[in-house]
Amino acid sequence: MTYQTIAQLTNDLQNKKISSVELTQSFLNRIKQHDKTLNSFITVTEEEALNHAKAADTQLSKGITHPLMGIPMAQKDIFCTRGIKTTCGSKMLDNFISPYDATSVQQFKEAGLVLLGKTNMDEFAMGSSNENSFYGPVKNPWDLERVPGGSSGGSAAAVAAYLTPAATGTDTGGSIRQPAALCGVTGIKPTYGRVSRFGMIAFASSLDQGGLITRTAEDAALMLNVMAKFDEKDSTSVDQPVPDYTTTLNNPITGLRIGLPKEYFNQGLDPAIAKTIQDAVREYEKMGATIVDISLPNTELSIPAYYVIAPAECSSNLARFDGVRYGYRCKDPRDLEDLYKRSRSEGFGNEVKRRIMIGTYALSAGYYDAYYLKAQQIRCLIRNDFQEAFKKVDVILGPTSPTTAFKLGEKMSDPISMYLSDIYTIAVNLAGLPGMSIPAGFVSNLPVGMQLIGNYFEEARLLNMAHAYQKTTHWHLQTPKGF
Amino acid sequence: MSLTHEDVKKIAHLARLNLSEKDLSFYTPQLSSILNFVDHMNQANTAQIEALAHPLDLNQRLRADQITEPDQRDAFQAIAPQVEAGLYLVPKVIETDEVEA
Repeated sequence: MTYQTIAQLTNDLQNKKISSVELTQSFLNRIKQHDKTLNSFITVTEEEALNHAKAADTQLSKGITHPLMGIPMAQKDIFCTRGIKTTCGSKMLDNFISPYDATSVQQFKEAGLVLLGKTNMDEFAMGSSNENSFYGPVKNPWDLERVPGGSSGGSAAAVAAYLTPAATGTDTGGSIRQPAALCGVTGIKPTYGRVSRFGMIAFASSLDQGGLITRTAEDAALMLNVMAKFDEKDSTSVDQPVPDYTTTLNNPITGLRIGLPKEYFNQGLDPAIAKTIQDAVREYEKMGATIVDISLPNTELSIPAYYVIAPAECSSNLARFDGVRYGYRCKDPRDLEDLYKRSRSEGFGNEVKRRIMIGTYALSAGYYDAYYLKAQQIRCLIRNDFQEAFKKVDVILGPTSPTTAFKLGEKMSDPISMYLSDIYTIAVNLAGLPGMSIPAGFVSNLPVGMQLIGNYFEEARLLNMAHAYQKTTHWHLQTPKGF
Repeated sequence: MSLTHEDVKKIAHLARLNLSEKDLSFYTPQLSSILNFVDHMNQANTAQIEALAHPLDLNQRLRADQITEPDQRDAFQAIAPQVEAGLYLVPKVIETDEVEA
C-alpha cells in the first residue's frame, strides 16, 4: 500500500479497507529499512506518528472526516514543530525544540494527517544539492552516488523512494522544483503569499515560499487544498479566495497557449534534456494546446540579482542566531562579542557563512545602491518580462534544471557552478510566480523534470496541466531500483 | 571586485563571525569571485526602473493594536542556553577593571 497515491489511499482509509495505523506503520518500516542508505530524514517521530494514526482511525470510524484524515506525511525540517526538534539542517539548531507549530504544520495536523518525521535539507535552505546539511548529504534514490538536489533534497528523496506519500518543501530559488526534477517526483511552489510563512524558518523573506513534493499532481492538489490559506500571522500572506484545486484537474487542455522561452533552451541545456522536453511539448500539442515561442530576455541576470537579494536578506534574518535565547552557544565565552562570534562561527557551516558575508557586504555603508538597489531594479525587469509573456500565453514551459542529478562532491568546491544549476528556477522566485516541476522522462536512467510556470494565483491551471500530462504518460509512476 | 584579507576581516566583524587566518585564505577568493559574478548586473540598464520590493506591489498589512499572543515566557526560556530568575544570562557587558572603588 506504500506504493499508492494519496488519492487512492484516502479512498481506502475512508472505506475502512486499511487503517491509518497500518499505513503509518508500513511507511515507518520502509524508513527503517531504507533511510540508513538515503539519509532523507533528520528526525523520525515514530511514537507521535502512531498516536496520531490511532486518533485518526477513531475519527474515521465515526464517519464524516477531513478527506485526508490518517494520511502520513513528512515536514521539511525548516517548519517549526511543537515539542519536536527543528534543526533547519544546522548545528546552530541541533538542540532546538520549537515551542510552537508553524501554521502549515498546524493546518495538516488539524486536517488529520500523520507526521512521520522531519526531512533533511541544506543548512538554512541554502544549497542545490543537500550537501550543506549538518546531518550529512542525502543520496538520490535513482543513483546513490548522486545528489537529490536541494535544498528540499530530503523531502524529494523520501517521496521518490516511497518513504512517505508527500512532504512539504520550501522554495527560495528553486528548492522544491529542482530536487523534484532530480528525484523524478512532482513539486509545486505556489505564488508568493499563497502559503503561510509563519513558523517556517526565514532565509530570504521576500522570496521564500512553502509548497509540496508528491508523486502526482492530483496528490499535490489534495495537499495544497490544506496548505493554501490566508494567515493573519504572516504579514506577507495574501488574502485571496482559495479554490478547490481538485475540481479543475480534469479541465481540457484544448486551446491552452503554452510559451517556450528561447532562453530556457540555449547552449547551457543538456541536449538530451532539451529533446525530452520537446517530446513533452508534443504531448501537449496532441491534447490541443497551442505552442508559442516567447522570450524572457533578462533570464541571465536573475542569478546575479538573486545572489545579492537572497544573501542580503539572509544576513539580516540570521542575525537572530546569537547564542543568547535559543540554539547553539559556544563554550566559556570571554565576553559578549566572543559569545556572538564564536557561537555563530561554530554553529554555521561554510555556505551559510559565505552568504551572510556577501549579504553583509552588499548592505554595508556605501554599497547599498550598487548591490541591493540594483538587484531590486533587475527584479522589476524580470517581472516585466513575465508580464509581457503572459499577454501572449497562459503557461510557460521549459526544463527545470539544465542537467540531471550530478555526482556528490562534484560542485562543492566551486560555489558559482552550484549557483548556476538554478538558472531556470530563480527568476520565478524573483517575480513571485507559481511554478511546478513534473517528471518528463529519463536521460541515462536519471529523471528529467519539466517546469510549468503560471501567472499569479494560477496554481489550479498548473495542476490541471500537470494532471493532464500524467494521465497520458507514466514517467511519474517509475520506481527507483532497490526501493 | 577583489577583496583583501582586511576587507573580509571587516565584513566578518560586521557579521559577528570569527575567521582564522586559514579561514580568511579560504573565504577571500570565494567571496571575491561571487562578487565578480554579481557584477554581471551592471550589464543591465536600470535607469528609470523602479526597485521591486514586492512582486504583487502589496504593502505590509496592518492590524489593530491588540494583544493577540498569550504569555509563553516559560516555554521560550526553557530552550535558552542560560537563564536565571526569568532573565537571559550573557557574559558581563560592563567593563569593571578601570573603576574598582
